[in-house]
Amino acid sequence: MKERKIAPYVYIFPTLLLIIIFVYIPIIQNFYFSFFKMSSYSTVKTFVGFSNYKNIFADEIFYTAVINNTLYAVISLIFQVGIGLCLAMLLESRFVAPKLRTFFRSIYFMPSVISITVVALIFQFVYTPDIGILNGFLKAIGMGKYSHAWLGETKTAIFSIIAMSQWQYVGYIMMLFIVAIQKIPEDIYEAADIDGATGLQKALFITIPQVKEMTLVTSVITVIGAFKVFSEVYVMTSGGPGNSSQVLSTYLYRSAFINDEMGYASAIGVIIFIITITLSFIQIKISKSGQV
Amino acid sequence: MNKKKHYTVSKILINIFLFFLVIIVLYPLYWTIINSLKTNNELFISPFSLPHKLIFKNYISAWNLGLSQYFLNSIYVSFISIAITVFLGALCAYGLSRFDIKAKNLIFMVVLGGLMLSPEVALVSLYKILQTLHLYNTRWAMIIPYIAFKLPFSVFLMRSYFISFPKDMEEAATIDGCNTFQVFYKIVVPISLPIFASTAIMDAIFVWNEFLFALVFVESKAITTIPVGLMAFRDALNTDWTVLLAGITIATLPMAILFLCMQKYFVKGLTSGAVKG
Repeated sequence: MKERKIAPYVYIFPTLLLIIIFVYIPIIQNFYFSFFKMSSYSTVKTFVGFSNYKNIFADEIFYTAVINNTLYAVISLIFQVGIGLCLAMLLESRFVAPKLRTFFRSIYFMPSVISITVVALIFQFVYTPDIGILNGFLKAIGMGKYSHAWLGETKTAIFSIIAMSQWQYVGYIMMLFIVAIQKIPEDIYEAADIDGATGLQKALFITIPQVKEMTLVTSVITVIGAFKVFSEVYVMTSGGPGNSSQVLSTYLYRSAFINDEMGYASAIGVIIFIITITLSFIQIKISKSGQV
Repeated sequence: MNKKKHYTVSKILINIFLFFLVIIVLYPLYWTIINSLKTNNELFISPFSLPHKLIFKNYISAWNLGLSQYFLNSIYVSFISIAITVFLGALCAYGLSRFDIKAKNLIFMVVLGGLMLSPEVALVSLYKILQTLHLYNTRWAMIIPYIAFKLPFSVFLMRSYFISFPKDMEEAATIDGCNTFQVFYKIVVPISLPIFASTAIMDAIFVWNEFLFALVFVESKAITTIPVGLMAFRDALNTDWTVLLAGITIATLPMAILFLCMQKYFVKGLTSGAVKG
């Protein structure tokens, strides 16, 4: 009898302890650090109140980063959620033979399991001016005048990185939609068939409303992802040229480990935290049971 | 009649479009592989043609120039963190799904809450904590945070699986005098292998590809993992691009092969969580 009282805690305790020490405490501590001026190797901290936050809101690079993260979010919403949904509907439609479905699905999904670092390195080659795939393609179709040093120009750098993310993740979001579409009861479509509905009508008036919840969930995870993005930018441009492609987390990294302003970096962390946690609560609200 | 013709035309156009997307997805990967088999000179002269003569030397150079070490490091770090995550996660999920304890819901919320907290936010404090614990610049500086950040999702996956199967066998075993630990490893573990596989694969994708922690918490190139190693590799190689391309190919292979062999588990794991990155 006694064993049944203690045993459950023995099972749960190690996990709980690890999560509290290495996930919760650092985040709480991060709030605390954001009120100090501190550097990486010394233990001396100077209390500075809200001055880190004041400096952030007067910092031009911070606003560039926020704009870039927002661009990331908006473009990803249109491409990953929008095109992801369209692709899922096409693949589940009668236009595609069942055997080909599996083939398309696997190919589209594949980029999302390759590491971001590898994808970013490959896309450096896509965007390289002289031998790159993109400029080569533009030349081949007679649009060579639109060639750019995609990652080397302030106007194109962030968009080139965002485009790469679409290449990597459209298939992932598509897969989530396919799962949702497959859960729609068949008889709804049969009833529509009897009423003489066209394929387009069925897509617009059955499929899209039926996957509404998944649309909201994928939208939220896409936006959260866009505000957390780090490796893509770090590997391809490190935020350059001239901070033009800086995002919040690369700026956090630069502040902490290159400029050695750890308090300032913590304050950026708090801002990322507030943005992502708000979005997470929206996601939980949408998916209620946490089952999606 | 007209309707049928309309259907055929749409079908052809849609399939052409889908195949066009296949090319967009595969071409960069194809380009990487063909050019990894050329000399650097040939890459610059004709980057889009097939290699004149297949040059496997790039692969050998890449492997010997440090990639082998990064590879081993990645395997070591992945193996340990996945094993511990699945083990501790399974215990916790079992505890949460099989016992009536007071704080159960609260504990589950705390565990799940970990899913919402992103690693970027904790970066500075984690760095300080690992320094204090003298773990900075050791393999454990990667392994422990990986475990802590992957446990919430692993518990979530396994708990929903444990809840879904009947408790009859376990109850019978308890009556036969097995204690809860015996019930766990004699009955629960053997029938839970599929969910362990899904969980392990999800962890593997994360750990194998993780970049930020490896970049910040480890300084020494001797213990770093492939993602950070590739960056060092790129900087060291300068313009020896074909060797870099060979390195990229080698780094991609394990996940690509794992994906092709175990697609079912990949899709199950990824879609049941809907957590990106």
